[in-house]
Formats: sequence, C-alpha cells, structure tokens
Amino acid sequence: MGTLDEKAKDVMDDGVAHTGRDKDTGAGGLIILFFIIGFAGSMVLGWVVFPKLLYSQKQQPFNFNHALHMEEVDNGCESCHSFREDGSFTGIPKLAQCTDCHEETMGESEDEAIFVEQYVWKEREVPWLSYSRQPDCVFFSHAAHVIGAEMDCITCHGHHGETETTRPYEYNRITSYSRDIWGHNISGIAKNTWDTMKMDDCAQCHKKAGVNRTSSVQTERDACFVCHK
Amino acid sequence: MKEQQHEAHVKGEQKQDRPVMRFGMAIDLDKCTGCGSCMVACMSENNVSFREDESNKQDSITWIRVYELTNGKSYPDTEVCYLPRPCQHCEGHDGHSPCVSVCPATATDYSRETGIVSQIYTRCFGCRYCMAACPYHARYFNWWDPIWPEGMEKYLSPNVSPRMRGVVEKCSFCFHRYQSAKDKAYLNGEKRVAEEAYQTACTQACPAGAIVFGDLNNPEHKVHKIVQPDPHNGNKSKNPRAFRLLERLGTNTKVYYMSDREWVRRAGDNYLAHEETGKISKPHH
Repeated sequence: MGTLDEKAKDVMDDGVAHTGRDKDTGAGGLIILFFIIGFAGSMVLGWVVFPKLLYSQKQQPFNFNHALHMEEVDNGCESCHSFREDGSFTGIPKLAQCTDCHEETMGESEDEAIFVEQYVWKEREVPWLSYSRQPDCVFFSHAAHVIGAEMDCITCHGHHGETETTRPYEYNRITSYSRDIWGHNISGIAKNTWDTMKMDDCAQCHKKAGVNRTSSVQTERDACFVCHK
Repeated sequence: MKEQQHEAHVKGEQKQDRPVMRFGMAIDLDKCTGCGSCMVACMSENNVSFREDESNKQDSITWIRVYELTNGKSYPDTEVCYLPRPCQHCEGHDGHSPCVSVCPATATDYSRETGIVSQIYTRCFGCRYCMAACPYHARYFNWWDPIWPEGMEKYLSPNVSPRMRGVVEKCSFCFHRYQSAKDKAYLNGEKRVAEEAYQTACTQACPAGAIVFGDLNNPEHKVHKIVQPDPHNGNKSKNPRAFRLLERLGTNTKVYYMSDREWVRRAGDNYLAHEETGKISKPHH
C-alpha cells in the first residue's frame, strides 16, 4: 500500500512540474520499450532457442567422403546407389557392396581404418543414419522419378555427392523425422529444390512439371494412394 | 487465376495417358472351403497387430473376414456356405462410395485411376463416420496401439504402414503390391502393370483358387471374363452365377460373388418374400 501511495505522490509531483501531455509520453515510452524487449526476446526464443530444443543430433558411425568415392567410381551415384531387380531402390549400400573394394584398407584415412576393422572384418552392417528417409506413411518411388521422369539425383538430394564429410544427423525430437524433411530453415523457406522434402514440396514440383492428375474424388488432384501407403 | 487453374486441368488431362482401371475381385463361393487362409495371409501381409483375445470379434481386426452362411434348413437339407468379405471398394456414383462421401478429414479417398478406396492413417482422426456409413462392416477401429509379441515385430512388412491407436483401417487391395509392381514396370520400361504382377495376398493364398483379382475394365483380365460387368446397368454382372452384396443399395461394389445355389445368391441382399433373386430395381443413381 505504501509504495502505491508513494507512486501516486510522484505522479502528483510530476503533474505539478510538467503538463499532462508530457506525462503520457513518458509512460508510453516505457511500454514501447518493454514491448520491444519482449518482442526481441520471443524472436530469439522462437528462431534460435526453439529449433535447438526441437532438434537433436546424432553423429554418423564414422565419416564418409563422397567426393573421394566419386573420383574412384565410373558410373556416378549409380555406382553404389542402384536399383534392385524388382524395381526398388537400394538407398544406402549394404556392407557386401562396400566389401567388393574394401576387403582391406585401401587408403590411409582414419575413417577407413574404423570401417574395415570395426565393420568389414567383424561382418557388421554399418548403422548409417539416413538423412532423406521419408516418414513411414510415405511411398516414394525412385523408379518413377529417376527412370520414369529421368530426373537427376541433385534435384532432391542436392550436392550430397560432392561432400567430403558427413554432417551430423539431425532429427525432430517429437516426430523423430530427419530434419531434411522440414528443411534446415525453421520457417520452411526453400531456396533450392533439395532444401525441403515435405508433401507440399512434392506437390509443388509435380505442378511445375505438369503432372496434374485428377484421379482423386476427394481433392480432384492426384489420389492419396499414389505416394501414401 | 481461375483460368490458369482451368488450363492446368486441361494440360493434366492431356498428360493423362494412363488407362482407367477398376481393380476388383470375383470370389467363387462354391469353391471356398472356409479354411481362412485368406484371412491369415492378409493379416501377415498388412501388418495387422495381435489382440490379447482374438476370439472377441467385436475388437479384433480382420481386413478380409470369412462369414458362415446357412440355408436355415434342418438335416438332411442343411447347407453351409463360406463368404470371404474384403473391403468391397464401392464405386457408388463416380467414386462417391459411402465412406468417402462422409469422411470429414479426406482420410479416405476414391481413385478414378485404379478404383481403389484408400485409407490414409496419418490423416484419419478416428471419428468413425466411415464405419457407420459402410454397409459391409469392412472398416475397423484401432482401440489400442498395436502390440507385437517380442520378436514378431521383425516380421513386419516395410511396405505397409502400421496403424496407431485411434484410426480406422481396412483392406486396401494390397495397394503396396501395385506400387511395387509399378516400380518394376518402370525398371523394365513397361507402360502397364501386368495382370500377374499385381495380385492381392488373399488371392494368392487361397488354396481352392476361389478368388480371382484383376482389372474389371481390361477385357484380357480373367476377372473381367468371369464377371462381364455391364457398364450400362450399374456394372451389374452379366454372369447369371454372380451377385454383389446389397447390390440394390447402389454402392456399385467391385467385389463380385458367384454361386450356383440360389439361396446363397439370395443371401447377398435383403429380398422381400415376393421378390425374385437377382432382380435389382433400378440402381439408385
């Protein structure tokens, strides 16, 4: 009660010293200041702290140098990432495929030594973490895109083949999806075609390519059971 | 903007060089022995989880369920017939099947390209309108999260998405097999998926060969030859042995049943005493 009285007295004193108009501006300035501090705080929270909280990181078992391998193979990405006879896509190669070349260490890198000693000799599959894995409800056909539409790998995967190190695998703590699905920009803005891999991004690219099918009774667009399972 | 959209539509139609298919089934009830192989094959193919008490049919999930019908007569005239019931994949009128029409979440959809009624579990929020709308009890609700006994999770098919608690699921005509078959067709440079390349799990599991599956629109497919659907009469079969379940509702289903026995064909619909079996009043659309 006492403090309130004092404040009231202050105001009275101010009122004596200044005109009423000036008094209003002083209080308004404070409000604006607090608003700016609050606004900046929430911005920092939303754009810096929240993504850090939302995503967790895992390191790959060991570093993989795509650039180095690209120099050694004849057939680009397809040398290691190929189709099976049934039309499905192999994705990350299994140990047997690597062992074709890596029965013994070929170079002098530390990572290769880890690979050969820990995995090749012990015949253990490498637990790679896949950056581009779509959620479980999605059926993505590599055959339709790579063979059917003759698209190149870069359109969706970016310049992954030119990287010398494997970046940490980031995943959403709530959904456990890879961060590459939403994209690294928290606001979901994509500068390149490979930045985001959400359903909207699929739809956008299909629209651009003129794949406007109307088989769905519900949406008059492509039916759900094309890309979903 | 509207014009642009319209242009896109026209362009899309021009690009639509793929033939319109209507996948369907012909099930010969005179061949079915009621062994239940189709149910087992379906459950393992489609990652249907276990229930603590599978004998409680109120709660258990069976995408294709075998029903037992009797003619209601006493010995020695008693006859029994077994009727496997997958999702009937109703076309209704232009794809407006009972479930698709009521779904408020766009979780179930009818594809004009394949004639398959899809169910997207991640969109479904479990209101169960579709279950109420379905005249065939083909839809099932997940009251619990799926549980697989230790080790059984290794048998899960990666091609079928497992369902979570609170969503509705149903037979998809093993659509994932069509997706895989399409992948292979792309690799081999084929335009169409061959009849033998896409067959459902129940079809292949049936030891009696009672189930025939294929494209009802393709005159070369066995199912078309058996059923001979009449597009001018609501796709009613021209085969006198064939009938559809509750055909007079106008659901325009794509699963046809066959039997030589009249009481079986009569059991497929709610006939009044004076009505003749197989005579359908004009389809409702």
